[in-house]
Amino acid sequence: MTYIRPTFRHPDLPKNKINFTKKDYEGALSTLCAGCGHDSISGAIAQACFELSVEPHRIAKLSGIGCSSKTPAYFLGNSHGFNSVHGRMPSVATGAYLANRDLLYFGVSGDGDSASIGMGQFVHAIRRNLNMVYLVMNNGCYGLTKGQDSATADNGSKSKAGSVNPFNAIDLVGLSMELGATFVARSFSGDKAQLIPLIKAAIKHPGFAFIDVISPCVTFNNNVGSTKSYDYVREHIEATSTVDFVPIMEEITANYEDSKEITLHDGSALQLQKLHQGWNPEDKLSAMIALQNAKEKGEILTGLVYIEPNTNALHDVLQTAKTPLNTLKEDVLCPGIDALEALNESLR
Amino acid sequence: MEPTNVHDPEYYHKVVDCQYACPAHTPVPEYIRLIAAEKYTEAYMVNWESNVFPGVLGRTCDRPCEPACRRGRVDEEPVAICRLKRVAADNKGDITHLLPKIPTKGNGKRIALIGAGPASLTVARDLAPLGYEIHVFDEQIKGGGMMRSQIPSFRLPESVLDEEVNNILNLGIHQHFKTYVSSLKSVLDDGYDAVFIGTGAPRGRDLSNLPGRAEGGANIHVGIEWLASVAFEHTKQIGKKVIVLGGGNTAMDCCRTSRRLGGEEVKVVVRSPFSEMRASPWEKEDAQHEDIPILDNHVPVSFVSENGKLKGMTFEKVHAVYDEKGKRSLVPTGEPHVFIEGDDVLVAIGQENYFPWIERDLGIEFDKWEMPSVNSLTFQSTNEKVFFGGDAALGPKNVITAVAQGHSAAVSIDLYCQGKSLDVRPDPFTNLVSQKMGIHEWSYDSIVTNDDRFVVPQAEKALTLKDRKKEVELGFDKLVGFKEAERCLNCDIQTVFTENRCIECDACMDVCPTDCITFTANGTEEDLRTRLMAPSLRLEQDLLVSDTLAATGRVMVKDEDVCLHCGLCAERCPTSAWDMQKFFYNTTKAHHGCGSH
Repeated sequence: MTYIRPTFRHPDLPKNKINFTKKDYEGALSTLCAGCGHDSISGAIAQACFELSVEPHRIAKLSGIGCSSKTPAYFLGNSHGFNSVHGRMPSVATGAYLANRDLLYFGVSGDGDSASIGMGQFVHAIRRNLNMVYLVMNNGCYGLTKGQDSATADNGSKSKAGSVNPFNAIDLVGLSMELGATFVARSFSGDKAQLIPLIKAAIKHPGFAFIDVISPCVTFNNNVGSTKSYDYVREHIEATSTVDFVPIMEEITANYEDSKEITLHDGSALQLQKLHQGWNPEDKLSAMIALQNAKEKGEILTGLVYIEPNTNALHDVLQTAKTPLNTLKEDVLCPGIDALEALNESLR
Repeated sequence: MEPTNVHDPEYYHKVVDCQYACPAHTPVPEYIRLIAAEKYTEAYMVNWESNVFPGVLGRTCDRPCEPACRRGRVDEEPVAICRLKRVAADNKGDITHLLPKIPTKGNGKRIALIGAGPASLTVARDLAPLGYEIHVFDEQIKGGGMMRSQIPSFRLPESVLDEEVNNILNLGIHQHFKTYVSSLKSVLDDGYDAVFIGTGAPRGRDLSNLPGRAEGGANIHVGIEWLASVAFEHTKQIGKKVIVLGGGNTAMDCCRTSRRLGGEEVKVVVRSPFSEMRASPWEKEDAQHEDIPILDNHVPVSFVSENGKLKGMTFEKVHAVYDEKGKRSLVPTGEPHVFIEGDDVLVAIGQENYFPWIERDLGIEFDKWEMPSVNSLTFQSTNEKVFFGGDAALGPKNVITAVAQGHSAAVSIDLYCQGKSLDVRPDPFTNLVSQKMGIHEWSYDSIVTNDDRFVVPQAEKALTLKDRKKEVELGFDKLVGFKEAERCLNCDIQTVFTENRCIECDACMDVCPTDCITFTANGTEEDLRTRLMAPSLRLEQDLLVSDTLAATGRVMVKDEDVCLHCGLCAERCPTSAWDMQKFFYNTTKAHHGCGSH
């Protein structure tokens, strides 16, 4: 057994604004199958957090059960983590978010964890507009149990064993838009140039940010006839636009004719180029039409699909205290007999 | 960029930084792995095949491999390659049965070697097994050349040198010691088929014109002559106060030898700044450890004698000034001259070639510096029968360079004696074999250890200063030798990439601890180096560029600079597009059938 990662790193690694190198955003060495798309997504998450200069201890990683839900062990090793029950990550995320609104919540789930066992939880997290990133590593199969078709497997997709899936797929992107998610994107594990800026924008988004990432299962779903193989995805991929994340205070240099700039909540911006025809990311209807059109043509539409930059997340809706519960002192939590009596009086 | 041509053996050779930097191209990682496996005899023979004097070089080599060592680019210090060589030499078993056999019937060719130093002995070692009748001539009583006369016994025990010299002389070499060759013409007239000249750079520079040189003459010695006189036991003592002039390794040997022959206040005085002295850093350290101050920026002004007896020297203090081109000049500081007391002065300010015994009408061209015109690849002179090697060929260098030149000259002599062209030289031996044993299993220790470089223990100073022949360095013991060997990154285990297997899953790029691998759109080298995963600042380190990849039209670019050869790219590759393959490179040599393969 020689599977040990050396501690040496490149001597000239760049540092981000808070003086960390990429090494500070690494996790343990992955135990997933060699070539798993999930590892690539883990790498993209770490890279996005490094580039945004997020302090690792300000991030909470949340996951359920499955290959995808193992990945929080493989990135952001210096961050908080909670590996919950199968499909129950949204409940844990809701609780954590309500208790401490100051952390950055990064939920990682899979197609089984979100579209099957956790579907009932997933939809409510969207409905409630938690301020979190919710990333699904979508490989269309149950990799931990020998690769049975999952609920996101396309109708007609062939498994490694040769059986053809007879059921329609749940489209998590369409579903989340229908339920009112305010940041919806789809990407591919093999396209980091697109995935990293999408993750950065999702982190900056002040509400529920959903990213469906197609992530081939090299062991059980990378065969000819599968619609989630590296080859199939690369042949059928279609992008809404190219995506560039532009941090605050940085001047946008490129300027193309068919381009669009979306200012995010905190002043950073998304620069979109080579826009898909008839599509406007801030118009839900055009986004849904673009999705449907792509589906009919057998294309996999990736990139930013829909965004509503100014949104009211759960804390805003509920008008809860601005301070995390763990820093509320006794005098605030227990305001005394006078306050209680005043409250009782108001209810008489 | 065009796809890298990995079929050119020099590509992978260059990745093995230590081997590439070694003049003799010794397969360093190969023998280090053998040391780690406690196969000391095999490790010794890999060395012997390549550099002929592993025991000598394991103590005294200039180690050009170590500054080149990749470990030095990711860790604080390189692997102690030189001292590991000594571990192999110290712990080897009997090697007599592994030495080449001499054919009972010769090939009828007679070769004369003038001088019995490392270059000549290498030629002898390479040619004797091919049936050549070798005659070696030297004015000294034993072979070894400057390894015997100039390297003090406390750095290189005589027994080690004798053993390795005799391993060669016992290959049926005809020995003519105590024979000073005073005429090349007479050697050529003896009908040798070829003559090899390996007479070194025997003349030490002197300060003949410095005022007071003649008066103090009895106590002013030329460094290398004095060292030789000590080595052959003609000189057994020196004054209490000794001034050593010069900043090279000879100066270091002179001052340390003086400490053992009665020198109590020994000072090294050098013109240049300390940091620019030519001596190896470790030799300067060893001198300072023996309480020898090194006074830099002092230019000799005169020898001072009283009543015909040397009293010391005066020096002018200078400081270094550099012009825009970086050229140095030493400018006086204006301070008063410094007088340093000295009973003896050793002048170790360089050495040069000297060929009074070569007649100038033999067809050998000499240039205005009285150096012979020698082809730097074939080592043939303008007289086709006469070859040069070692310090005699291209000026003073070091033992390992002399060995490398000896190998080349032997190839040339062999070709010449067969009537073949010297320009069509045999290819080096190369081999590339996968090291995969199974999942997560490689045939080499791919784990990168975190140990710092181990320090070679030394004998007590109180003991070594009393006895000129007591070796100072004790060498690594087996356990520390193993640990130091494990620091080697196995750079000869190459990362071999096969484009048509790659599915572009990025696994290798994600897992690489040193960010060597990038998948990106192709471009010029200059452009590509700006777009890699990590800064690509060492331009002398190559980029491994794949052919265009089928799925995305990108290319795989690997910056060889700080690759740890940990094999994680190959372990995380689902399709074995990456593989770890051992590259063995053995330079062209004249002899066949001996050595490790």
